[in-house]
Amino acid sequence: MAAPETSSAAVPTLYTNNTLRNAFGGVLSFFILLLIGVLAFSIRLFSVIKYESVIHEFDPYFNYRVTQFLTKNGIYEFWNWFDDRTWYPLGRVIGGTVYPGLTLTAGTIWWLLNSLNIPLSVETVCVFTAPIFSAFASWATYLLTKEVKGAGAGLTAAALLAMVPSYISRSVAGSYDNEAVAIFALIFTFYLYIKTLNTGSLFYATLNSIAYFYMVCSWGGYTFIINLIPMHVLLCIVIGRYSSRLYIAYAPLVVLGTLLAALVPVVGFNAVMTSEHFASFLVFIIIHVVAFVYHIKGILSPKMFKVAVTLVASVGLAVCCAVIAVLIALVASSPTKGWSGRSLSLLDPTYASKYIPIIASVSEHQPPTWPSYFMDINVLAFLVPAGIIACFLPLSDASSFVVLYIATSVYFSGVMVRLMLVLAPAACITSGIALSQAFDVFTRSIKFQLPGISSNAEVDAGEASSAIAEAQNDAVKTEKPEETSRDRPSRKNKKKEKEPVEKPSTKAKAKAEKKRLLALPLEASAISLLLLVLLGAFYVVHCVWAAAEAYSAPSIVLTSHSHDGLHVFDDFREAYAWLHHNTDVDDKVASWWDYGYQTTAMANRTVIVDNNTWNNTHIATVGTAMSSPEKAAWEIFHSLDVKYVLVVFGGLVGYPSDDINKFLWMVRIGGGVFPHIKEPDYLRDGQYRIDSQGTPTMLNSLMYKLSYYRFVETDGKGFDRVRRTEIGKKYFKLTHFEEVFTTHHWMVRIYKLKSPKNRIRGKTKKSKSKTGSASSPKGKKKNP
Amino acid sequence: MVWVFNYLSLNCWRDFFTVKKRSEEEVAIEFGVFIEKRRSEEGAIEFRAKMGRTSSSKDDAQALFHSLRSAYASTPINLKIIDLYVGFAVFTALIQVVYMAIVGSFPFNSFLSGVLSCVGTAVLAVCLRIQVNKENKEFKDLPPERAFADFVLCNLVLHLVIMNFLG
Repeated sequence: MAAPETSSAAVPTLYTNNTLRNAFGGVLSFFILLLIGVLAFSIRLFSVIKYESVIHEFDPYFNYRVTQFLTKNGIYEFWNWFDDRTWYPLGRVIGGTVYPGLTLTAGTIWWLLNSLNIPLSVETVCVFTAPIFSAFASWATYLLTKEVKGAGAGLTAAALLAMVPSYISRSVAGSYDNEAVAIFALIFTFYLYIKTLNTGSLFYATLNSIAYFYMVCSWGGYTFIINLIPMHVLLCIVIGRYSSRLYIAYAPLVVLGTLLAALVPVVGFNAVMTSEHFASFLVFIIIHVVAFVYHIKGILSPKMFKVAVTLVASVGLAVCCAVIAVLIALVASSPTKGWSGRSLSLLDPTYASKYIPIIASVSEHQPPTWPSYFMDINVLAFLVPAGIIACFLPLSDASSFVVLYIATSVYFSGVMVRLMLVLAPAACITSGIALSQAFDVFTRSIKFQLPGISSNAEVDAGEASSAIAEAQNDAVKTEKPEETSRDRPSRKNKKKEKEPVEKPSTKAKAKAEKKRLLALPLEASAISLLLLVLLGAFYVVHCVWAAAEAYSAPSIVLTSHSHDGLHVFDDFREAYAWLHHNTDVDDKVASWWDYGYQTTAMANRTVIVDNNTWNNTHIATVGTAMSSPEKAAWEIFHSLDVKYVLVVFGGLVGYPSDDINKFLWMVRIGGGVFPHIKEPDYLRDGQYRIDSQGTPTMLNSLMYKLSYYRFVETDGKGFDRVRRTEIGKKYFKLTHFEEVFTTHHWMVRIYKLKSPKNRIRGKTKKSKSKTGSASSPKGKKKNP
Repeated sequence: MVWVFNYLSLNCWRDFFTVKKRSEEEVAIEFGVFIEKRRSEEGAIEFRAKMGRTSSSKDDAQALFHSLRSAYASTPINLKIIDLYVGFAVFTALIQVVYMAIVGSFPFNSFLSGVLSCVGTAVLAVCLRIQVNKENKEFKDLPPERAFADFVLCNLVLHLVIMNFLG
């Protein structure tokens, strides 16, 4: 690694050394980034290795089905697709209600690979989309942090993001969900915004709008971007950092961004009519006013400017009050003040539990607990405050953006566990900045005090070149004098001054002295470096453990270890395969909405409700049917043309997420629409019980009967392993349903509706009321 | 951290509103002039200044307009052309809004794309003006051809989207 020495004076040699060092640094950075990408990809492959290459969970199955349709029928059919195999009898307009980014991305990748004669199946492409885009996301984090603080911080932040567990949890191989591409789009949009802010180039503003368009296509969380950026612009104006680069960064984004958002069918006119976007328009007006004021101030003399201000202030104030009054009247006229239910539940965490039980019932929408922070971002949790302080030394536009980003994302992650995912990039960026600064201080102290490198000239060149190579902010002090706060030079200008300027030696000596005083003791620095590396090692170990053990479960296949080896529970796929092979194509299947996507994707049967949960009344109908006695439930299902009912039951094997545990939500949601279902009817003394102390309403409900039918035959006592009691009603017959299939571990049970009787017995039988009170467990032959 | 923000904000608001020299005349103007709104016979709202101790504010307003005009007259002609273009775009947008108020907003996507295209070209032209203006020290090493090329590219993207959305 000897530098090619020229035989001339010392300065050209140093110059060659610097460029060589720069080149070496660049190549090293490139290989580090490549390795980070490979790391991000491979740490997400645990589920493929431990289980198989299968799509996980519930939502990804819907995305997979949509991608299959897209690859089979082409994009025009996809835009106009009306799906009649779900939400029977309503159907669903897929083209207008799905965020197309993910499916279009995977479809494009599949099409590209197939046209290159690499015949990967659609499922393989879908499974591996998330790891590929997480590699892209870590590269985008590198770019973003490089714009904020420099290349060293960028590499650290990228390495942290590649492994952070909260991002892994939503982007393992097989988790084919919107967040897989959306987080990449989020970070990339923020990078382009910061780049535009730093350079003031309209080209990057255009790219920023296009990246924002990709984000809008991908995820409903785009409202975070369109509210965070206006907040940052407002912050910059308020603390006096307005510059024309801010205008160029923001104004085209608003116009182009709104138009592009309105192009996506899901968003449509919501881009201009809902309150989520009003902040951007308000700040758009404000920035124009501010820009105009600065412009007038620039061309007028100070005295005239004073006059103008007094004249305009009164007029402007009156007009402003009128406009604001109109706006408030418009917004207040809508009951939710223009916000959608999901956004309102973010702003007011108690809103959903009061008004929208469906949103409240999703486990991802609950607030996180403290341990989940340490599980999900681990070491970063206490590196973040250090990073925030590092962002203030010195404060620039980009670092103020990072501070705002971390503050808002911490708040939102506290509201909903699902939004820990938005916190992850912010935490990685700030921690990367902190770690990089710490490393810088320690290594500089060590280099300062190592013997043999203490000559002033070497130190100068070394300092200058290392400062340039790492593009630290304090290099500005050695390059230019401090400018007035008005003219903040863009980072592009700073970076162009790469050659070390010939300084008078006295100034250099003073600088070296100052640096020497700032150095820490050698031993302390060395030990601290070692401890930092150890910290990183702990982080890596934790992330790999979390990825392997906690977040790689496909949840459609379950495993358990017992003394005689590994048990695999593949009941879900068994049940869907049975449905697929043993029922007619047009048969309708009713189940709770959790399993709708999987049923349509794997069993290919029409379902009544699915995970999209857009129609609360329809879900409440199914919930009411599950909570009613058999006859009433049969009536409801018969009116919906249902042929098969599917319930999930975990009592035999101890699977805790079964329908009996979700039953109270069914009651609540059903009771929200049909008032004859009252939750206290199902609780004994406020407690939810299914043993002999359970209420009659509970023990006669359809869900109880369908879950525990013939359960007593398994062990003679009917001991439910999840609820840890014996069941209340053990011996009963079903009058309106018949069992057609129960999987191997009794986890999925499928029942068929009995057809109505041909003959109706005499009218006298009708006066007998059906079960509602504690009737005998024997089924009677009743009129249907 | 709060005191950092306070310090910065105080500093900058002071910069924003301060004037370099305050003569007694200006102080008098500041204390003596306040504006009063009154309706005249025709129903238009008229601004009249109550007399203070020194000059009337009508003279002030006239002086203001005069200085504005003289300052603007000294801008280079290419910037004036861009300003004209911006004014035209805004005027077109206003006409479209008035038309929508009269006729109704039925094809809302057409209305939206029309208005936003005018607003968008105005914004982009303002960005071009910022980048081309020689008095702007931040952009002194940006060649104006590059600024114009960026302007054209952004307009291309904008109009592509507009034509897609026009319906």
